[in-house]
This record gives sequence, C-alpha cells and structure tokens, in this order.
Amino acid sequence: MSDAQDKPAATEAGHSKFLTGDYTFGTVTDKISAVVLSGQTPRSWYVGFAIAFSLVMLLLWAITWLFVKGVGIWGINIPVSWGFAIVNFVWWIGIGHAGTLISAILLLLRQQWRTSINRFAEAMTLFAVACAGLFPLLHLGRPEYFYYLIPYPATTGVWPQFRSPLMWDFFAVSIYATVSLLFWYVGLIPDMATLRDKAKGKFAQITYGILSMGWRGSARHWLRYQRAYLILAGLAAPLVVSVHSIVSFDFSVTIVPGWHSTIFPPYFVAGAIYSGFAMVLTIAIPLRAVYRLHDLVTDRHLDNMAKVLLASGLVVAYGYLMEIFMAWYSGSQFEQYMILNRLFGPYGWCYWLLIACNVVIPQLLWFRAVRRSVPWLFMLALMINLGMWLERFVIVVVSLHRDFVPSSWGMYVPSFWDWATLFGSMGLFAALLFLFIRMLPMISIFEMRELLEESQGESQ
Amino acid sequence: MAQIFHPSMNTVARVSIFGAVFIAAAVVSLLLLVVRSPYVTEVGVVREQPVPFSHKHHVGDVGLDCRYCHTSVENSSFAGIPPTKTCMNCHSQLFTKSAMLQPVRDSLRTGEPLKWTRVHDLPDFVYFDHSIHIHKGIACVKCHGEVNEMPLMWREHTLHMQWCLACHRRPELFVGDRNDVFAATSDSTIDPRLASDLVAEYQIESKTSCSTCHR
Repeated sequence: MSDAQDKPAATEAGHSKFLTGDYTFGTVTDKISAVVLSGQTPRSWYVGFAIAFSLVMLLLWAITWLFVKGVGIWGINIPVSWGFAIVNFVWWIGIGHAGTLISAILLLLRQQWRTSINRFAEAMTLFAVACAGLFPLLHLGRPEYFYYLIPYPATTGVWPQFRSPLMWDFFAVSIYATVSLLFWYVGLIPDMATLRDKAKGKFAQITYGILSMGWRGSARHWLRYQRAYLILAGLAAPLVVSVHSIVSFDFSVTIVPGWHSTIFPPYFVAGAIYSGFAMVLTIAIPLRAVYRLHDLVTDRHLDNMAKVLLASGLVVAYGYLMEIFMAWYSGSQFEQYMILNRLFGPYGWCYWLLIACNVVIPQLLWFRAVRRSVPWLFMLALMINLGMWLERFVIVVVSLHRDFVPSSWGMYVPSFWDWATLFGSMGLFAALLFLFIRMLPMISIFEMRELLEESQGESQ
Repeated sequence: MAQIFHPSMNTVARVSIFGAVFIAAAVVSLLLLVVRSPYVTEVGVVREQPVPFSHKHHVGDVGLDCRYCHTSVENSSFAGIPPTKTCMNCHSQLFTKSAMLQPVRDSLRTGEPLKWTRVHDLPDFVYFDHSIHIHKGIACVKCHGEVNEMPLMWREHTLHMQWCLACHRRPELFVGDRNDVFAATSDSTIDPRLASDLVAEYQIESKTSCSTCHR
C-alpha cells in the first residue's frame, strides 16, 4: 500500500516491518516447518479438528438424505426455487476470491506483505471453491448428470446451452479451481523440497519427495520456477475479476427485480474480496495465536488486511446505495416495490442486519486503534462473514419471494437440512484447513527467506 | 545423507507426468467408445426370444407384409405385437408338430401371451409415434434395417438421440415415397431434388425442439 513511505523506516529498523524478531534463514525455516514435522500438535488442533470432522459427518448425512429423498427436503419451492444452495454457493465462491487476489495481484504489484499470508489464503481459496462447487451439484436434483454441463461429444447430438450464464458459471468456477490449485501447488514445490530434506521419517521423506518433483534448488530450477510462477500469476489475475462477474450474471441476465441490474458484476467482485479478506482474518488470527506466529504474521499484516476490508466494504456499500437509487430512478413499479419489500417486507430484518454488519459497524476500521486490536478485528471479520452471507440471502431469496405477480408470492423457510448443509460445509472447510495446517507448511518458507534476504540487504 | 530415491526415479517421474495426460485422455476416450459400442447400444446383438422367430423367413422368403403382424403401425404410436392367433392363422396348418413352435401352441392353449423380448425399446422419457413417421414417408427399413435378411432380430441402429436428430435435422436425406414405406429393402437411393420435393409435399417440418420428443 504505502511501500515508499515504509522503506526508510524498515531500513532504520534493520528489518522489514513485515517480519519482526531476530531470524536467520535457518530459524525461519525451522519455525515454519516445525508445525508439520515436529509431531507436537497442539491440543487445540485436535479439539478443532474433532468439531470440524463431526460437522463433516453432518454434511455427509444431509447429502445422503438429499440423494435419497431429493431436493424436496430443503425449504425451496415455487416461487423461491433458489434457496440456501445458491446462497451458500455465492458466499463460498466469494470467500475464495481473497486467495487469488493476495497471491496473484499482490504478487504482480510487488506487495511484500502478501508473503506470510499467501499460502494459507490460497489453501483457503481452494477449500472454499471446493465447498462452493458442492452446492450447484446438490442443487441439480439429479447430481449424477452433472457432466451434462461439460461440452463433450455426447451421443445425444446436442451441446450444452452456451448462451446460458449457468454454463459460463461452470467454466468460470472450474477454471478458477484449476488455476488456484496449480498456483498453490507450484508455490508449494520448493517448500516440499525443504520438508523432504528436513523430514526424519522414511514415509514423510518419500511423500514430500514425490510432491516436490525432484526439486534441488539449482539456479536453473529457480529461474524456471520464477517464470512459471509469474505466468500463473498473470493468468490468475483476470480470474479475480471474471469469476464473480460471471457468478453475478446468473442473476443479472434474468429479469427478476433485484437481480436484473448492471451494477452486479463490480458489486459482486467487491463483495467477494470483502468476504474473502474477512475470512483470511478469521483464519489468520487464531492461527497466529495458536502457533505463535506473531513475528511472521505481524500486526502490520492485520492492519493492511483491515484497510483492504474497509476499501472493498465501501465499494459494497456504494452498491447497496445504487440499488436503492436505481430502483427509484428507474420509475419502474416492480423495482421500487422490490426495494420497499427488501427494506420493510417480511425479511426486512435480514436487510437491516446486513447493513449493520457490512456497512455501519465496519466503519470502525477507520480508527487505527481498531485495526491494531486483534479482538476487534476478529469480531469484525466474523460480522462481515455473516453480513456477506445475509447479502446473498437477501439477493437470492428476498428478490424471488415477491416478484411481478402477487398471486405467486410466497415465503421461504429453510429446513433443518438447509442448515445442516450450510454448517456441514463450514465443517468441511475447517476440516480441510486443519489437515492442511498439519501436513503442509502454512506459510511459504522460501518466500519468508527471500523477505529476510531483502530486508537484510536493505539494512546493509 | 543417503539418497531417498534411486536415480531411475527421474525417468519414472518424467514418464508418469507425461503418461498422466495420455492416461486421462485414454480413460475419457474409452468411456466415449464404450457408450457407442454394441455392448451398450445392442446394435447387431441378437436377444434371447421364447421362439426363434425369423423375419428373414417370414418377410424375405414368404413375403408377408409388415402390417400383417404389426397391424397398428399406420394408426398408432405403437406398431403392435401380433397375438398368438395371428401366428396360428398359418401354423394351425403348417409345422404343427414342430418342437420349435411348442411355446406358440402352449400360448394358444393356455391363453397366456408369448413374452417377446423387445428389441427396439426406447427410453420411457421419449415420445415416439410410428404412424406419423410412416405417413411422412419414412420407410420401416430406415430405422429397423433390412429385416428380410435377419434370421433373428437385432437392432440395426443405436437409438441414440443423435441418430434421431440426424433425420430430424435433415429429413431430406431419409425421406422416401409414401407408397414404398413397407418395401423390405432400401436399395433405391432417392434423387436429392426429388427428396426435397417430397419434404415439401409431405409438409415435413423439421421438429428439433426438446418437447417434440420429451413431452
């Protein structure tokens, strides 16, 4: 953000402010790899994993019952045929945006502070996309035919409907998942080699050995590696914008009041970054406390992320404001009613809660004291996560439940299975994260060494 | 420090990276081939029947018309499977001692119909009507093949949707004279210009919307 101003200060201190404490190449490597290799897993890991795993079981139960009985077990019906499944899909895919933003765009912009958070932000992206991908499949009703979305030479002689935004969505999400996975994996290769060399057990050596793909750290390896990483970053950067734009087309291409709006793509992208950074904070704060990573994920990092939250939150707030303005300005009876119903209708409380969580309370981030206060940040991050989920609920459900024809109005009440699938997906997300923390270096070791090199180079 | 991997693993790694692409391509190709193979489509596969009925004999040698047995083909969606009595029109006189025909005689005596195995069985989600196709000049042989050459019945075509669509998209390639629809052979290749005229004359509208067949 304000790199030019920070550099003199960093030089005086002898270290970049993004890496505090007295580290050498060896100690920074030991510190990060010890989490994986030492075998001393903190008790909180077991407790957390147990909770997450039981939620995964709840998810499996909900999915099994869904496959047995069909989507009728959910609260959806006409007129609200898109319920929690689509709300959760958009929410999760939005959360997945922070990873690529941090890893690709901040890399291309040479923002050093991304280094200590990019690895687990990318992992978070992958797991969020995995959770997101689950919901459209479950929502299909006949999930075994999901492959109809793939354009392959079928015996039917017909192709998928390329004019449908749902089709674009399929491409956007699958490309995003593939590129995120590649980016994450390529970034992991040198660290896998470090783990291979430091591991004591034969099994760990062989596993990390295979995953590191014969990395020896030669100059040629590094040259190729840097090129590949930059190319991938270049490929991934447009995805940050495109994926959620296309997700927003699912709505804005239709004619439903509250969906049919040209502001949707930028407004969805800003919302995605907003929720994504909120989730990164939600994860970073407990991680740093449990594994004592305060030197690596510093208060400066949290402060920067809080600034991104504030900025993207303001764009989102602008979106909310414009929706109301455009409804009035359009002169369309249905658009105006949609806003009135959103504000004062039966689901009005959702809207006001969302405004409180996403717009009003996050204004506290203007205060430096709040940005530097870990408990406040954590509270705000949780609140924004909730707010962003409510935003999708308001867009999906509240727009659908009262559209053009009053005779077809209805209410939507989520069933037990809706909630079970939502919390189950959170469990899946958390369980995958716990496994990731235990088995892979959660902070990029080689990039921390680079950061150390750069900051020491500056001091000389 | 001892090496974890033998140097030969370099080759294994390279082969597996390149191989993965080919293995993935091979698996996908295999799946695409399997759904087109006779194992799935039953093209050319003879099904077990209660009586080894020969279309080759009855149509080719004896010269029966299709409608002698499949009576409702001109008026109904279903071409019709003949009752045992139709068989007995002849077989009360011919081959009366034949062991092969014992199930037919049993069927007549008990009143229990013969349980034929259906060879051309479309999925239940497809609406198909024989009569309209017959009236628009689509000959039996176009779909069922030359049954006068089939000692036992088999499927001539895959019944895949793309096979249906091939004709629904370009009916002029398959249409023939209305008067010849029951001819057993399809040796007469029709002049393309004449075919276009027939399409116009029979008012064949190329119906490819989903709800034409999936009602």
